Amino acid sequence: MKIKSLADLRKIKDEVQEKIKLRELGENAENHVQIKVAMATCGIAAGAKDSMNYLIAELDSRGIDAIVTQTGCMGFCYAEPTIEVIKPGKEPVIFGFVTREKAKEIIDEYIIKGELIDGVIPVNYKTIEEQ
Amino acid sequence: MTELSLHILDIVQNSIRAEANTIEITINEQISEDRYTIIITDNGSGMDEETLKNAIDPFFTTRTTRKVGIGLSLFKQNAELSGGTMTVESKLGQGTKVSALFGFSHIDRLPLGDMAGTMTLLIGANPKIRFIYNHITQLSDFEFDTNEVLEELGKVPINHPDILKALKEMIEENLDMIEAAK
Repeated sequence: MKIKSLADLRKIKDEVQEKIKLRELGENAENHVQIKVAMATCGIAAGAKDSMNYLIAELDSRGIDAIVTQTGCMGFCYAEPTIEVIKPGKEPVIFGFVTREKAKEIIDEYIIKGELIDGVIPVNYKTIEEQ
Repeated sequence: MTELSLHILDIVQNSIRAEANTIEITINEQISEDRYTIIITDNGSGMDEETLKNAIDPFFTTRTTRKVGIGLSLFKQNAELSGGTMTVESKLGQGTKVSALFGFSHIDRLPLGDMAGTMTLLIGANPKIRFIYNHITQLSDFEFDTNEVLEELGKVPINHPDILKALKEMIEENLDMIEAAK
């Protein structure tokens, strides 16, 4: 059934509530992978919206606990779309040219196996808040 | 930008950076007048006169990560390419209003594109901001307000992937309906 109104939304709300209860048992916010997608003019023009939608859907369908948010321009306009990935207890890593294909590779190789792949930009990078 | 919805996503980022907690997007299709307007209003920090004067200048930005800021100027350029115009009104401490007018039937007027995706992306990343989206045509309209959604959801987070998927479907269905009614 297609969801057309707030009344339809109410119906799926209960399903989601059950799901959340099940997950909460083993849940700890610190165990989440944090991903920030650069979403300024440069990022949007380069397709950051598509990459972000893909990341949200893919991480959810694989059951990986992750928080995907937006951030501003990180200054790597030439390498958009760029994303910052922080694995629990690890230093942030920035990836450039994150298309759908690249995003899949990042999930497969870096997030799941912990192996670095091509496309990481500056090693000496600090998050915007730290600068 | 290839879609108007991407411009909207971009301009709303300005409102988010200005710490707005309510952002209203109104799209009005007036086919008989050959007008297509997009108005984005926020209650963020606003701009003083000097900043406002520079806002559309592509070589002006308040960012420190780069020296250009082309979001508004690109939006303006695209409006003008379709025979329209774009204006920015702002008051320090009160908020900002960006109004863009497009020629509805002009060949260079970009299509709206994936507006449902833009809305759910914004909601998902900024669950604490109230988003209001009105889409008006001459025969019908669609009103979406995250406050109403929050009321419906209770304790279930609005940015849960399943909820966002449902919201996207809801917006798509409603936009299809008003499109069919045209």
